[in-house]
Amino acid sequence: MTITEFVVSRLNYWIYVILMMIGLFAMISKKNLIKKLIGMSIFQTAIILFYVSMGVKEESNIPILEHNIAHASDHAEASDHGQVEEIRAENYANPLPHVLMLTAIVVGVATLGVGLAVVQKIHQEFGTIEEPEILAKIKSGHG
Amino acid sequence: MVDQYPAIILLAPFFAAIAVSLFGSWKNGLCLPMAIIALGISLAASIALLGQVAAEGEIVYLLGGWSRPFGIEFRIDPLNAMLLVVVTTVALLTAVYSTQAAVLETPNKYPQFYTLFLLLVTGLLGMSLTGDAFNLYVLVEVASLTSYALIAMHSKRAVLASFNYIIMGTIGASFYLLGVGYLYIKTGSLNMVDIREILQETGLYGSKTIMVAFMLIMVGVWIKMAFFPLHGWLPNAYSYAPSSTSCILAPLMTKVTVYVMIRMMLTVFGPEYVFQYLGWSNVVVWMAVLAIVAGSIMALAQTDLKKMFSYIIVAEVGYMVGGVWLANETAFIGAFYHVISDAFMTLCLFLAAGAIITKTGKRSISEMEGLFRKMPWTMVGFVIAALSMIGIPPTCGFFSKWYLINGAIEAGHWGYVVALLFSSLINAILFFKVFEVAYFSKPSHGQEKDENQPESAGTDGVGEPPATMLAPLLITASGLLLIGIFNQDIVILIRQAVSSFGFIGFLN
Repeated sequence: MTITEFVVSRLNYWIYVILMMIGLFAMISKKNLIKKLIGMSIFQTAIILFYVSMGVKEESNIPILEHNIAHASDHAEASDHGQVEEIRAENYANPLPHVLMLTAIVVGVATLGVGLAVVQKIHQEFGTIEEPEILAKIKSGHG
Repeated sequence: MVDQYPAIILLAPFFAAIAVSLFGSWKNGLCLPMAIIALGISLAASIALLGQVAAEGEIVYLLGGWSRPFGIEFRIDPLNAMLLVVVTTVALLTAVYSTQAAVLETPNKYPQFYTLFLLLVTGLLGMSLTGDAFNLYVLVEVASLTSYALIAMHSKRAVLASFNYIIMGTIGASFYLLGVGYLYIKTGSLNMVDIREILQETGLYGSKTIMVAFMLIMVGVWIKMAFFPLHGWLPNAYSYAPSSTSCILAPLMTKVTVYVMIRMMLTVFGPEYVFQYLGWSNVVVWMAVLAIVAGSIMALAQTDLKKMFSYIIVAEVGYMVGGVWLANETAFIGAFYHVISDAFMTLCLFLAAGAIITKTGKRSISEMEGLFRKMPWTMVGFVIAALSMIGIPPTCGFFSKWYLINGAIEAGHWGYVVALLFSSLINAILFFKVFEVAYFSKPSHGQEKDENQPESAGTDGVGEPPATMLAPLLITASGLLLIGIFNQDIVILIRQAVSSFGFIGFLN
């Protein structure tokens, strides 16, 4: 396997890893608290992309059953009503990771909300959202 | 009714949180009674559940009747049944303590405080109950988000500490989520027991994906529990938080997360994979040794009472992680026994610190002069907690250390034994330093008054704290003695749970 193949065949994973590292870098190295929160948001979104991409299958459809397709156990019963096909899992994208991510998005929004509220309170208390300035204020006894 | 205990335990505080947020701002006086009633129901149900589990063994509760792997299930074995009792007891005691403390510290946020408090308890209970890996992530975040907000309610420094906690906590939770994603790719299941069965049956032990999943989950959980190199957020967050918040967070958050680690290692990946196939025990136990030593030394350097306790927690997390990773039954019993006893020891310490700080307004150890004379009953509670931390029989701290050291000797890990003894010695130095100041030093200024002052934080002439602060402290202190005296009953329960994991054969 050449390097190009190695990269291209796992493109979705490379993208999520790169995004995640951007987020992690911002969270750790940025001095501005809002920038840290932006990094946190990118970090969480990268993981959401990872989950979403793992549910995708090539040449598959959205996971909604059409009326002439029945579950294997209902097959005998349903066959009286005419032409029926069985469910083939490989024809449908996996909906579970997508559904999980609905919850994860909600968690991410809530985290961001709490984070922004806390930054707002920091701004009220210290008058700045630059980390070095806040630390300097704490050191000089205003904190 | 009897079958519904797991749901009642979780839903009582949850619905109470909704009720408090709806009616609390209309009538502030309703918040506390609602919280206490809900936690009381939860405690009663978890004690009943513990009895049931002890008699019948593991209970599986299907939410909505969906069987695995489709539905979410609660899985209760003796370990988390005990943990539920611990969580609800600590929450109830803290709720009683907060009667006065919440009024003093978060005066105009009364309903908000109790809503978040109850949601935090819901999250912690859910973390110990659930048998679903993704559901666990959501509940971890419920507990974390509420604790960020609770910490940020207090002083200036608390807000900044809370922000750092948000950043670190989110990294931890996201790593966990990523690990679950890797597991899902390989096994196609989110149910904990289901994942373990698939791993065993399909021979996935050799898979690199599973190894990465395990690493990500462990690192995520370690960040959440403040395992030594990842502990940065903990000391400031716990020491600057309002006292009723640190009373519930400090004992429970780290311990429940240690349980989550145990659950991940034993229920999801299985002991054969973690201890036999990967064989990382030695490395992690040495990390725990480092955590114990570093936590103790950093505690020694502190002058602030609550901060000193926070660093002791960092060391205690090392005890528990090391005990679990020593990979034999005795050490595991020690580790889990320590989860229970440390929850109450930490609660007792933080209740005492809360009472002292509320009454005297002083946080520094050197300012604790004459406390034994001013508030003798508070100091009785403090002394019992301190003796337990040092590990003096018959307090529970002695027995957990006894099992941990025995387990370490069985495993032949002498570094851990030395670290444990070293940390006990440091604890002795730390607490006797406080005793010395509080017992022998004469108050340098201000006159003593022996009768109850009106609760005015910041004045010098102080007596005992109000009964709502003192009662939980003394109950917890007597609890420490009771857990120590009845240690055999607890050990039997832990042994019952451990035998089902099949620990024997992993001695290194």
